[in-house]
Order: sequence, then C-alpha cells, then structure tokens
Amino acid sequence: MSSAISREDVAHLASLARISLSEDELDRLGAELPAILDHVAAVQEAASADVPAMSHPVPIDNVFRDDVVRPGLTPDEALAGAPASEEQRFLVPQILGED
Amino acid sequence: MSTQTSTPALVPFERAIERYDPVLGLEVHVELSTATKMFCGCATAFGAEPNTQVCPVCLGLPGALPVVNAKAVESAIRIGLALNCEIAEWCRFARKNYFYPDMPKNFQTSQYDEPIAFDGYVDLDVEGETFRIEVERAHMEEDTGKSLHVGGATGRIHGADHSLLDYNRAGIPLIEIVTRTIEVPAEKAPAVARAYVQHLRDLMVALDVSDARMDQGSLRADVNLSLKPKGSATLGTRSETKNVNSFRSVERAVRFEVSRHAGVLDAGQSILQETRNFHEADGSTSPGRPKSDADDYRYFPEPDLAPVSPSREWVEELRGTLPEPPAERRKRLQSEWGFSDLDMRDTVGAGALELVVATVAAGATPAAAKKWWLGELARRANEAGVGLDELGVTPEQVAGVQALIDEGRVNDKLARQVLEGVLAGEGSPEEVVTARGLEVVSDDGALGAAVDAAIAANPDVAQKIRDGKVQAAGALIGAVMKEMRGQADAGRVRELILEKLA
Repeated sequence: MSSAISREDVAHLASLARISLSEDELDRLGAELPAILDHVAAVQEAASADVPAMSHPVPIDNVFRDDVVRPGLTPDEALAGAPASEEQRFLVPQILGED
Repeated sequence: MSTQTSTPALVPFERAIERYDPVLGLEVHVELSTATKMFCGCATAFGAEPNTQVCPVCLGLPGALPVVNAKAVESAIRIGLALNCEIAEWCRFARKNYFYPDMPKNFQTSQYDEPIAFDGYVDLDVEGETFRIEVERAHMEEDTGKSLHVGGATGRIHGADHSLLDYNRAGIPLIEIVTRTIEVPAEKAPAVARAYVQHLRDLMVALDVSDARMDQGSLRADVNLSLKPKGSATLGTRSETKNVNSFRSVERAVRFEVSRHAGVLDAGQSILQETRNFHEADGSTSPGRPKSDADDYRYFPEPDLAPVSPSREWVEELRGTLPEPPAERRKRLQSEWGFSDLDMRDTVGAGALELVVATVAAGATPAAAKKWWLGELARRANEAGVGLDELGVTPEQVAGVQALIDEGRVNDKLARQVLEGVLAGEGSPEEVVTARGLEVVSDDGALGAAVDAAIAANPDVAQKIRDGKVQAAGALIGAVMKEMRGQADAGRVRELILEKLA
C-alpha cells in the first residue's frame, strides 16, 4: 500500500520547511517517507469510526489562565539571545529583495 | 509604487457595474482588549516601549508552554453569540506554519477547521434597506509582532537592508471574523461593505471586548473581491486587499477593485490571485504578494494547548450578558430623543452617538447635546484634526455648560467662552465662569442703566421703535451688549428696551 513520493514532493516539503536537501537526500527521503506514511496508515486502520480522534495523550479540556498580568522579560533579557539587535528590537536580515 | 506600463486602464465604477457584479468577502480582525496576551501573562498596553511586554512564551523560546486566556475565550464566545453564531461544543487551536520573522515561533497559533463560532449572520440597515450578511466563522488566534524595515525606500520591505522586530504585539488575542460570499446589488456593494465593518465596530464597542479603533489597528479589515459577468454564475479570481484602515477606505477599496478588475477583464487579461495593499492617499491598491507555495501553511492541531469545550451553561450565561444590539439601540434612542432619521444619521455619522448618550445622561436635553457635539465641538475637533472624543471635553462638562445657559447664567456667546476655558484645561464650567467672570448681568438695575444710556445715545433709533418699527431694536441691543462687554442676556435686554419705548 506504500505510495511513492516523487522527488518533486520531497523538494516541495523541504522548501516549505526551509531545509535544503542534496540530490542524494532527495532520492533517499523519497524512499524513506513512504515507510513513515505506511506506519501512520496502520494506525488509521486500527482507529475505526467509533474511536474519536485524539490530539493529546491525556483527555483534558479547558485549561485556562486568569487574565492577570505576570512579569515577563526585560528588553535586555529578551534580546540577550539575539544574534543582533538595534533600537531595542531584534534585528533580522533582509526579508525580501528588490521587487 | 511600481508602475506597470501594461496595466489596463481603470473602468469607472458606474460603468463597470453595468456589465459585472462584484462578489465580496470580508475578513475582519478584532484585537481584544484583554489585560494579557492570548497564551501568556504579558501585558497588552498600546504604544509601550519595544520588547517590554514579552516573555519566553510569546518569544517562542524553547520549552515555553502556552496557556489559554480565559477572558479571551469568554470574549470570543460573546462575539460569536452577538454574530448569531453557533458556539462549538469542542474545538482546538492549530498551528499555522510559515517563515516570517513577525512570529518568532515560526507559526501562528490559530484555529483551522474547528472555529469556536460558526454559521452566524448580521442584518445591516443600508439606506433604508436591510441586507443580511452571513458569517461563516469567528475564530481565535494571536496577533503578530511589528516590523520596522530599515534602508531601502521609505520603510518598505522591498529593498530594505534589514528589519527590526518588536514583539509586544505578538500574542495579543485576535478574533478573525469571516463572511460567506456577499452578493448584493452592485451599486450597493461599497456601502454594504462599509456598513458591515461599521456594524462590527459598534458591536465590539457595545460588547466592551475591544477598543475597535481602525486607526490604531485594533480593528482591521481585509476586502476580498472578484467580479463575474452579469448573468454568469462563474466566480472570477479574487484579490485580497489587506488592512484597509477606515470605514471610508473599505468603501473606496471596493470601488477601486471593481474598477481595476473590470479594466483587466475588459482587456482580455486575467486577474492575478494576490494580496493588494490599499493606499489611503488616493484610494488605490497596488500588488502585494502573489499566492504561492508559501501559502501551504501545513496546519495541524496545536499539541501544547488543551482543546476548548465551553459548557452549554457557560454559553447561556454569556448570552445573558449580551448588550442590546446596536441597530435596535439606535432605534430606541431615536424614538426616545425624538430625533428625525436625518438627525440620527448625522449624529451617528459624526461619531457622536455615545457622546450624546452620555451628555443626555448628564442632564442635557438630546437636542442641546446634539447641537453642541455636531456644532461648536465638531468645528473645533475638525480644526484640531482630532476625533470628538479626543477633544478634551467630557459629556458631563458639555451638560454643565448647557445647564448654565438653561439657568440664564450665561448666554450662547459666553457659553462658548466657558467651553474655551474648559478646553484650555481651566477646570469645570463653574470654575471657568468664576475665574473668568463670565456670568451674565441679569440685574435689571445695571441693565436698565445701560439701556437708558443706549436710548439716549441713539435718539433716531429710539424714535423708530416708538413708531412701531420693532426690528430696529437690534441696534440698541447691540449697543447695550457692547456696553456690558457681552455679559448680558440679550433676550432680557430686548424686553427692557421694548418696555421702555412702548
């Protein structure tokens, strides 16, 4: 039941995840990913219609917090891990080039 | 703005709608006025210094765990109920994955196929006609950080050297309200779109869940629009005009996109599915970002947050807290105040409804309250380029000034000086009257002397009045008012003159 995943599919997924893959890796993952999907498909088979979908290992709903301000980080603390900052803001490299 | 020489000419709106019908969709983002963010306890104050309202959760630091703000869920449910929506019995948050530095987590926590509210509607009154707008969904999500683009041309992202990020806004609760497609008579479409956004603003204010200020971005509208040839059932390709920041702009954005789409279609070209940026200055839109692979957001249920399942008891309890719907309230006020349709439209249009309500509550008559807010105060606000509510005078003070007039202690001219003092921060109307010595002289002795002097100084005029030409009294009233430096009750002066010359 394994469905092949094309090189194009792998390349698309990689670009969505911002991962650069070599030619070899594209081939290898094209073969490995179907195995993972098959594994998930096996779980799907076990889950019949009367088994509700579950997104959490523990059935727990409505975990809320009161709307009360709690101290956060100072700007210095917040920026401490940033590779670069300016004017108390995180500095990030160019996002888009010229249009 | 980039100029594309191949861009087809715009077709005037009125001509475009002879041949095409617009199909609209509106997405409105409402920033909730909770004290804290959606998933962490950071403060949400507007205009704070950059990165002073941040913590490991909203900065997406490793190991940080979000927890849902109960108040935000409550607001979401109340908004859903006010939009006549069903409230989900059980729903989850989802990760919307994308790479852009306005969200440091590389995803925005949102809701995908399980919105907290769905299948609602609002009824709009537009130029005496009722239009029902169907609401597909209202879901909870979080706002993004603010980017400042440095280098390149005037803060634009294109060509910027680098960008600076402030995450104070990242994580502030948002409710996104999405309509189903709206198809109304083409000529009404711009006004209906505007009325819808205005209605949502009124609703948010009445619910007290958001400041709902378009100018501050706490209410933001995206206008999705496509055209279909008249008589055709085939939907065209749509454009999404982002962040249209005033009611008037909503209307203008619809008109402009109708004109632009018609021009492109007439030229035999096809509409690009893209986002458009609206330009306040000339009411035009320009290309934003084309739809692409990057819009594959790979949504999946947020594993770090527990599902939300509001009990039916809670939902009903919240339904009990809903305010009177804005349209019904307006009808009730209009009838209580005895306003004509035009009076009411003017008052609402001037953004003075709540101010008039408060001024009436402080003791003024509705007519007097309207006269101040739509007259003298509107003029001053206009001159200062601020909103009526930012003028620095409270409804109580306006009612106080009116009370001085009603008691005969100041005349209209003095009342305007009292108001000037109040606006200048000199205190309450009473205090201004005392400090500036503005009270009218209604003491008949002092007035009588001034009237006698005026008659003596103007014997010709006095004779005319004796001969029955009552309208000539104006000249004498003017002389007395001048003598009294304006601090006299003109009506009383007139009475005294006519008595003396009878």
